[in-house]
Amino acid sequence: MSTETETRPRAAAAAPADPGLPANLRRNAPLVPTDTSAGRSLAAVIAILTFLAGLCAGAAEIVASNAAQWQGSVAQEVTIQVRPGPGRDVDADLARAESIARSEPGIGEARVFSKSEAERLLEPWLGSGLDLSDLPVPRLIALRLGGGQTADLKRLRTRLTEALPGVASLDDHALWLQRLSTAAGAFVGLGIGVVVLVLVATGLAVTFATRGAMAGNREVVEVLHFVGADDDFIARSFQRRFFGLGLRGGAIGAGLAILAFALAGLLARAARSGPAGQEIEALFGTFSVGWRGYASVILIGVIASLVTGVVSRLTVRRFLA
Amino acid sequence: MSGGAALNIQASMKSLLPGAERPVVQFENVGMRYGLGPEVLSDVSFRIAPRSFQFLTGPSGAGKTTLLRLILLSVRPTRGLVSVFGEEVAGISSQKLTGLRRRMGVVFQDFRLLDHLTTYENVALPLRVQGRQETSYRAEVVELLRWVGLGERMHALPPLLSGGEKQRAAIARALIARPDLLLADEPTGNVDPGLGRRLLRLFLELNKLGTSVIIATHDFGIMDAVDARRMVLGEGRLRVEE
Repeated sequence: MSTETETRPRAAAAAPADPGLPANLRRNAPLVPTDTSAGRSLAAVIAILTFLAGLCAGAAEIVASNAAQWQGSVAQEVTIQVRPGPGRDVDADLARAESIARSEPGIGEARVFSKSEAERLLEPWLGSGLDLSDLPVPRLIALRLGGGQTADLKRLRTRLTEALPGVASLDDHALWLQRLSTAAGAFVGLGIGVVVLVLVATGLAVTFATRGAMAGNREVVEVLHFVGADDDFIARSFQRRFFGLGLRGGAIGAGLAILAFALAGLLARAARSGPAGQEIEALFGTFSVGWRGYASVILIGVIASLVTGVVSRLTVRRFLA
Repeated sequence: MSGGAALNIQASMKSLLPGAERPVVQFENVGMRYGLGPEVLSDVSFRIAPRSFQFLTGPSGAGKTTLLRLILLSVRPTRGLVSVFGEEVAGISSQKLTGLRRRMGVVFQDFRLLDHLTTYENVALPLRVQGRQETSYRAEVVELLRWVGLGERMHALPPLLSGGEKQRAAIARALIARPDLLLADEPTGNVDPGLGRRLLRLFLELNKLGTSVIIATHDFGIMDAVDARRMVLGEGRLRVEE
């Protein structure tokens, strides 16, 4: 026995680098227990929150991209309306308005809607089969902007009003575009708001979970203190544990959201093959999230993990202080 | 018995001039109470000299564990002055506190091993929290584990260890960082007399290498085996038997 006592300190100093340590010995397990039911619940909560935030972000992205598409195509077209009046030759007025429009730089194309075409536009409101010949149905000229120059719509409007006062007017759809833009902006803002709320909820959930973990691991914290761990080391241990849980939850949530969008896109593509699907697409745009949508879903997953790590660290530091 | 006599001489030589150097621990008129309860310790004054060996004894509930907790800086005194390694502990910064604790090793009565870590990981913990690479201390930890007879149990989680194995793992954890001060609360309480004597030799060996040792115990068997200073607590007051 005395031989043992004498040899230990010297033997420890002179021992080889790896004294037959079993290769499968666990060596650096997390200092804070990770695979607990509370940990799994937190990962599930983060996964659900990330999934919901991902859906919101993707939906906002769909709305934003479709609204931009609609705005782009609508803003490329303006309409001249020519109203028939007593004692006026509407065809002559149309021709006059068309020539003014064509002479304006920046107008790529002008198409005069015939009388029958103009009457057909009223069919959704008045029904078909009516004799509209006695009604003063306004006639339209659709102008497509382009031709390499920017059209001066203000000047065109002034020229039309001067040439055909009270008869011709120019509609650049500004009001409609503004409403569309406001609606799309509101939806995108709502999406961002929901994402922020979800991240705040994640932070709060992590705060409670960290406090619970600190209370549940009070003995671990105490032992770590006694063996010489400083507060920062302990906070880092908890942060690593919670970042791991956040990463797991965030990856599952973001993965599910991406899967949901991919599936919805496939279903939408399948439904688009019919005439009804085409009409829906014309009205609501394509159901495609695009790389920006997928990137924002992944970003939300990453941010949720980071929020989890940072909030847990702050909570532990405050708890220890 | 001749070996035991030699140990007695060694231990008594360690405490020839207590107080000649700066004490490792110094208490002056320390009083301690929990909340509004009665004083657990009253007017406790003593000094622990460097490289000294002493027993802390007294009946259950006399305040031994509280005294150890005060030295460990896990509780602060209600009154009086506590200084550890020359640092007065009132208002000590968290950084300094960590530095002081790294110079101490502690064996708890209830072991306080972390159940989710293997025996190897538990023993390596004091070195790991210092930020050292696992490869740098592997040999040391395995050597110590083998020395305390846990070489075949380094895989095992504490719930699977026997009381004696837990105790040896706790002692190995306290010793691994070669502390300047070792505090052991009933370190031989769960082991057979043979192993108890062997552990005592380990503490004496450590003391010989320069560590101050305080062993809190009820066991007169081990106290009688070593001629060392006894700090006797009774009704919250301390009496030192040189």
